Amino acid sequence: MDLAHLAAGIGAGLTVIGGGLGIGKLASSAMEASGRQPEAAGAIRTSMIIAAALIEGMSFFGLVICILLALKA
Amino acid sequence: MTGNTVLDTLKVATDTLSHTVAKQSDSGWILHHVMDGKTIDFAPFGEFHIPQLPTLFGIDITPTKHVFFMWLSAILLIVIMVFVARSYKKSLIPKKFSNFFEIMIVFVRDEIAKPTIGVGYEKFTPYLLTAFFFILFGNFLGLLPYSSTFTSNIGITATLAAFTFMMTQFSGMRQNGFFGYWKGLVPHGIPIWLLPLMIPVEFLGLLTKPFALAIRLFANMVAGHTVILALIGLIFFMKTIFVAPVSIGFALFIYLLEILVALIQAYIFTMLSSLFIGMAVHQDH
Repeated sequence: MDLAHLAAGIGAGLTVIGGGLGIGKLASSAMEASGRQPEAAGAIRTSMIIAAALIEGMSFFGLVICILLALKA
Repeated sequence: MTGNTVLDTLKVATDTLSHTVAKQSDSGWILHHVMDGKTIDFAPFGEFHIPQLPTLFGIDITPTKHVFFMWLSAILLIVIMVFVARSYKKSLIPKKFSNFFEIMIVFVRDEIAKPTIGVGYEKFTPYLLTAFFFILFGNFLGLLPYSSTFTSNIGITATLAAFTFMMTQFSGMRQNGFFGYWKGLVPHGIPIWLLPLMIPVEFLGLLTKPFALAIRLFANMVAGHTVILALIGLIFFMKTIFVAPVSIGFALFIYLLEILVALIQAYIFTMLSSLFIGMAVHQDH
């Protein structure tokens, strides 16, 4: 029974949930804002991509730790 | 976070990864392609083993795969940028090749450096432009066949983040004075009983920001290449060719996403670096 592999799997799942929720919320407010003011759609799209990259960076922290756990011995 | 724990963590990480590569387990080949190594392989034509150099002061200084591609990116950067700079001698209107780079250089100066640093941004544009183009060339070089991404090496991204860290501290201390900079770290006008909490928080915040810069770039590059390799490896793992259309289709989609991620990660690294420099130089903002 190797708890490290189990921990890596559960950790990766939780990381994906967190990242998905964060980026989903971001995308929904971006859609809403572009719907309200279509002229600002370009600027909103740029800021959305930047914020998505930062949130994705957070989920990659968890990914790196899960990879380290899964490969341990 | 002392230097010891950081070094120990890095040592544990690299030991684990190299042990997995050496074990040649089911997934060892993925890490063999993504991580650093001493062989550059041209798959059907054989490999090229980099010759081992003698150790200098006990450190092994043989260039590895990532080092070769870092040199290639540096040489490409120097050659291209000197050519672009020279092409402005005749006239200020750029030709096609210089025009392409002028768009990106003006983008970095006007959208990244000027809004975030404000007054006195000219001193920092050389560093920001170098970081942007170095990381951009590195990320793009890794997408070509038979090459490797040197920004997927934690040592290289940690060094780039250390450069940003040194730039912010030195420019902050030069602008605000040696003690004025450290005093300006905690916000002005907070009650005095909050100080024992704010000082360690601000200090840790100084250290976690370059750490996050390094890990963000490293993890993005490693994750992208690992997903592509894992998808292609699914064909060999399932031992059937009928999974190939699906597998290659997904891998192609992730490959296009990787091109976007290469651009975005270079942009994010440069923007966060200039944001930190701006916050250190103009502390009252």
